Amino acid sequence: MDNNYPLHDIDYGTPKSVSEKTVTLEIDGFEVTVPQGTSLMRAAVVAGTQIPKLCATDSLEPFGSCRLCLVEIEGRKGFPASCTTPAEAGMVVRTQTPHLAELRRGVMELYISDHPLDCLTCAANGDCELQDMAGVVGLRDVRYGYQGLNHLKDQADTSNPYFTYDPSKCIVCNRCVRACEETQGTFALTISGRGFESRVSASESQPFMDSECVSCGACVNVCPTATLMEKTVIEAGQPDHSVLTTCAYCGVGCGFKADMKGSEVVRMTPWKDGKANEGHACIKGRFAWGYATHKDRILKPMIRKHITDPWQEVSWETAINHAASEFRRIQAESGVDSIGGITSSRCTNEESYLVQKLVRAAFRNNNVDTCARVCHSPTGYGLGQTYGTSAGTQTFKSVEKPTSS
Amino acid sequence: MSVKIYVPRDSAALAVGADEVAQAIEQQATARGIAIDLVRNSSRGLLWLEPLVEVAVGGQRLAYGPVTPEAVESLFEAGFLTGKTHPLAVGPIEAHPYLKNQERLTFVRAGITDPLSLEDYQAHEGFAGLRAALALSPADIVQQILDSGLRGRGGAGFPAGIKWKTVLQTNADQKYVVVNADEGDSGTFADRMVMEGDPFMLIEGMIIAGIAVGATRGYVYIRSEYPDAIFVMEEAVRRATTGGFLGKNILGSGKAFHIVIRKAAGSYVCGEETALLESLEGKRGIVRAKPPLPAIVGLFGKPTVINNVLTLAAAPYILSHGPKVYADFGMGRSRGTLPFQLAGNIRHGGLVEKAFGVTARQLIEDFGGGTESGRPLRAVQIGGPLGAYLPDSLLDTPMDYEALAAKGGVLGHGGLVVFDDTVDMAEQARYAMEFCAIESCGKCTPCRIGSTRGEEVIQHIQAKPAEAGAHAKLLRDLCSTMVNGSLCAMGSMTPYPVLSALDHFPEDFNLTAETHKAA
Repeated sequence: MDNNYPLHDIDYGTPKSVSEKTVTLEIDGFEVTVPQGTSLMRAAVVAGTQIPKLCATDSLEPFGSCRLCLVEIEGRKGFPASCTTPAEAGMVVRTQTPHLAELRRGVMELYISDHPLDCLTCAANGDCELQDMAGVVGLRDVRYGYQGLNHLKDQADTSNPYFTYDPSKCIVCNRCVRACEETQGTFALTISGRGFESRVSASESQPFMDSECVSCGACVNVCPTATLMEKTVIEAGQPDHSVLTTCAYCGVGCGFKADMKGSEVVRMTPWKDGKANEGHACIKGRFAWGYATHKDRILKPMIRKHITDPWQEVSWETAINHAASEFRRIQAESGVDSIGGITSSRCTNEESYLVQKLVRAAFRNNNVDTCARVCHSPTGYGLGQTYGTSAGTQTFKSVEKPTSS
Repeated sequence: MSVKIYVPRDSAALAVGADEVAQAIEQQATARGIAIDLVRNSSRGLLWLEPLVEVAVGGQRLAYGPVTPEAVESLFEAGFLTGKTHPLAVGPIEAHPYLKNQERLTFVRAGITDPLSLEDYQAHEGFAGLRAALALSPADIVQQILDSGLRGRGGAGFPAGIKWKTVLQTNADQKYVVVNADEGDSGTFADRMVMEGDPFMLIEGMIIAGIAVGATRGYVYIRSEYPDAIFVMEEAVRRATTGGFLGKNILGSGKAFHIVIRKAAGSYVCGEETALLESLEGKRGIVRAKPPLPAIVGLFGKPTVINNVLTLAAAPYILSHGPKVYADFGMGRSRGTLPFQLAGNIRHGGLVEKAFGVTARQLIEDFGGGTESGRPLRAVQIGGPLGAYLPDSLLDTPMDYEALAAKGGVLGHGGLVVFDDTVDMAEQARYAMEFCAIESCGKCTPCRIGSTRGEEVIQHIQAKPAEAGAHAKLLRDLCSTMVNGSLCAMGSMTPYPVLSALDHFPEDFNLTAETHKAA
């Protein structure tokens, strides 16, 4: 399949820095040049190495809470977090030393002292960053035992129809809270309690379904463990491959990865490089794709002569010929202007263009419009005034950083 | 002419009945037909003598204390209004060795003036520093702070002048001065005494900082448990504004500075500067990762001077007397004076402002008079709940940031809490971890989980002597993770009291010489 795409993207840890100035530094003996403002963590990925991390992911601003990504910098005291430390020219950075290894194991030992040891039956098995990191840092023993204070008996919230929240698996990395804030802008999630009692809370510690959550799934997307998990994955297991596609729900054109098991979709995740969505999704594209295999889905063309007649399955040729001849008949009886076309807001620009072409060239009139006239007239007006056309024809990035040409 | 009587309104005095004493004095005076002028001054910091009543007689202030409402009648009978003797008589207060042997630069007016009197303040050098600053360029003010050697008094000891310089050199449409008055360290009260006792000094220091760096707005983030300080500061800001010292045109200079008083959210970690800024912005008080430094991206994302109360309170003196006079006090890289606060099991608890270099023993024995219980001293915790415990053998260490650090200690905010030989140091270590567990903001893993595990491990050591050695090793490893891995000082310094207790008092942790060495 041409659209096959890696199941897991490279995670640079922190967002890309845009700067004309670059800095050159040394990481683990390798020289690397990155735009000014780039984190050491990202620079390390560019240099070809990976610094252990849990709270960082490249769709979110650095936070500096997990303390796995600590590094050593020559001439500097202590162990700065590579996610929050910008690369500077001439820096000499070490990401792997005996002291760092000890520190990372120490942090991981703390994490695992409050985490259920059910990896084999866990829904995130095979796609869990905590599991990966425990392996990476070489944790072999949890000397604290498992009798201390813990959250292992915290009850899962299954109120949301699309995903579950299991606080017993939460490592309080805050990624979900930050995604709700930075990616989605809904601010439905926060951390309630302080210290050891810190827990992710939907609105005011409500079930997700009763909270302000809009089920966009951004939090589920960034969760490094099984804490926030798609119900479809819990049911089906991890996908085996991924296919790049465009969301069919509306005309925005969001890029998606359809995570597949064989020919069945297991989950739809927003594509980081999608020009219209940049790794984000709405509830419909992310979760409401049950139509893909729904029994009511119409897979073959059908026609009927009269509204009271039953539908008849026919070939495409018959269907198209029927439609064309009926259009012609109506025009012959009632005039050229008696028919027209309205495109759905689910149509892409290209599809809308084709419909107007059909109307003007084949219907020979100008009776064409889009339903966005109603629900999106202010947007259309604004776009028209600003860009000369009321269609969204630009990527977000090009609007953020316009160039005159 | 009426007699001037002083009864402190400092909350340490109020806590032991100063209001009732003041009321009794007024009643007695009225009943006896004597005209008195009752001034509610601030405490001089001799806390074991509170409520300390002073009478102005013959150009000096004669003190009596601790006065109870019941004792007031006998004071009148004895003739205290004319300075007659009485069992509670302390004598001329300024000659008291506790005060006479101090070097008060910041607490120079403490207890002398009416805290809310602008006239009183100006009669005692008040606003001289501001007037000097207004005649200088911003860069010159910053240079004076740099030359004074003033370091942050909140605990970290970062040079204040460098912080100010960074804010001055960062361009922005708005800059801020934020005062960290979330004084949460156990056994400390110097910030509170400044705010309740000499609020205009803090206001003056803020204005100087504002002019120096180009900030026009200041916030004072005051611990919610300090209602009196909040009240006094709010009133002082009102009076300073009316008096033309605050507002759009400070003393006709054309420069503006406004101050807002904010009640803190009741969290120890909000005394950490970045968590404080989050809280001031109305968010959850959790620590921000640095960089960016608050001096560049601070309150509401703008360049911000954030200093402790005592740091800013030192600025007026430095500006009015010149940086050299200030820097002549102290030792090494610790210049000037530090208001030490003596607390815990100590006979004469209170505030002792001394130049850096004084030893803990001098503070505890010469000023503090030893333990309150009279039993031998066993340990002193210096620098708040995250400070190390020093055994008697280290008490001759000079109080200087570097000298103390060399002995594994921290000066912090200058608090000393004394313990006698009945203290269980394993219990103190356990408490340090418990404190961290209660106060952790929950952001970084070493502090969030580590503090809880730390308490559990120490409980194991306490409960199972046979396994103490292995658990002590685990405790040390945990402390190493917390020291080197935590995001802020809360997690990285909690091991100080724990490890110092373990190092100096292994016998309290069920450790033998052998198991102690192995751990």
